[in-house]
Amino acid sequence: MLKINNISKTFNTGTINEKVAVKNLSLHMSEGEFATIIGSNGAGKSTLFNAIAGSFIVDEGSVFLGGEDVTFYPDYKRSKEIGRLFQDPLKGTAPNMTIEENLALAYLRAGKGFSPFSRISKSDREFFAHHLELLGMGLEERMNQPVGLLSGGQRQALTLLMATIVPPKILLLDEHTAALDPKTAEKVLELTEDIVSRNNITCLMITHNMTQALSLGNRTLMMNEGNIVFDVSGEERKNMSINDLLIKFREGAGQDLDNDRILLS
Amino acid sequence: MLFIAQTALELGFVYALVSMALYLSYRVLDIADLTTDASFVLGAAVSVAFAAKGHPVIGIFAAMTAGSLAGSVTAVLQTKMGVPSILAGIITNTGLYTINLLAMGWSSNLSLLKQKTIFTMLRDTGIGGNWYEFLLISVIVILAALFLIWFLSTRLGLSIRATGDNKDMVSASSINPGGMITIGLCIANAYTALSGAVVGQMQKAADINSGTGIVVVGLACLIIGETIFGKGKASKSMVAVIVGSVIYRLIYAIVLKTAIVPIECLKLVTATIVALAIAAPTMKNKAKLNKQKTDSMKRRGI
Repeated sequence: MLKINNISKTFNTGTINEKVAVKNLSLHMSEGEFATIIGSNGAGKSTLFNAIAGSFIVDEGSVFLGGEDVTFYPDYKRSKEIGRLFQDPLKGTAPNMTIEENLALAYLRAGKGFSPFSRISKSDREFFAHHLELLGMGLEERMNQPVGLLSGGQRQALTLLMATIVPPKILLLDEHTAALDPKTAEKVLELTEDIVSRNNITCLMITHNMTQALSLGNRTLMMNEGNIVFDVSGEERKNMSINDLLIKFREGAGQDLDNDRILLS
Repeated sequence: MLFIAQTALELGFVYALVSMALYLSYRVLDIADLTTDASFVLGAAVSVAFAAKGHPVIGIFAAMTAGSLAGSVTAVLQTKMGVPSILAGIITNTGLYTINLLAMGWSSNLSLLKQKTIFTMLRDTGIGGNWYEFLLISVIVILAALFLIWFLSTRLGLSIRATGDNKDMVSASSINPGGMITIGLCIANAYTALSGAVVGQMQKAADINSGTGIVVVGLACLIIGETIFGKGKASKSMVAVIVGSVIYRLIYAIVLKTAIVPIECLKLVTATIVALAIAAPTMKNKAKLNKQKTDSMKRRGI
């Protein structure tokens, strides 16, 4: 589903602030794979996401999404196939538009066969209500309220629903629960697992929680200095403890995992 | 008195188109579009020039096209060339002065004498009696309002609203924000030009200065309407701008008639009202903070 071949990206080339963010990184994700990503500060995790989403064009290498070469597509052209959630729950929804309008926008933009002048129908509205019900937050009763009235957790759950209401080719989760309180974060994570597995969505999730890195999904990637230093899945991953993961990281990166926000809980 | 009310109603409806344009650019897209003043004159000039040659109906559509072109210039300046949005509007506004003179045959005003206008065409059919002007204007304005309500609920309209509401969200969605701003400003300026076009044919004249300050008047009408009806759905806002605009014209007419305030001062009064209304939320917040501060100082006995 996602194929990244040898991409490199350097920021501020030729200046004193030159920074190699990603170097010769390759990654293949098959359909339905759910990988968690952990890594040190500045390891290039978010840069990898930006390269996939098209926030910039990579210096070298290529990005294939669902068999299509999207390397030189601008972000808005790619994002029809990409769902993305950020840490900030306010980033993914329009506060002055209602829940229904936000969902309609997500649905009409990503769905196939909609003209720029299509509107949502009554059956679409029922479809939205059904999906909102699955979130278990009572939002289906509040479809005509502006999103600005919702809590951070509710907004993030709504953003998740918007990103997946038409299943994307890949879902990018950039620490999407980090800004939520623990209880809400757990709820949003549950929903994430549920939605991703129900729709068999290919998913990449950055996290700073070591337990989540092993317990969620079916693959774990560790990044350091712009590359993937450790990649584990299947049986080996199942039998792994956090300690094993830290040892593997040291082996791969030649240094200790250094992230001021890593949680070892 | 009835005559005053009728005039206020007519002018209120026709200038409501400017407020609709500002609703789209200022409220929905969150851009203060200063192209408005010149777009209005452009609409009047093009429409009167076409009417002078005997094509009043084509003139209306030509005026709207010209207005949307003006809007697209402002949009391209700010989305493709990095000109700050307010400055982009001012630049287009300035440049349009020459274009407007050109449209009026290098003259600062242009009048119709015996030529047909959309109003005389309706009058000649006899429909509407004494109210034929208002009838035509209200049909145009209501159609324009319905179109905008419908448009804002389509995928394109929702995308434009999201562009004004949350830039972060839009850049992460498959929406091209520059394109949305361009479409929004084109429609807004087409509406402004439509207003100018109808006013021009109604008054049988276009004048290079007829648009001065119209952006502030349009905002005033929008704010008056929103104060009465509150902010909300597009349909509510459309009613609000029409009512707001009629109220503004009624006040204008009463002031003109009774001379409570010298008519020369009306622009100053309008500007003050708009400034106060836009500043109100910030001033309220400041007052609240100040009160909290003095309260807690009192508690400490300072």
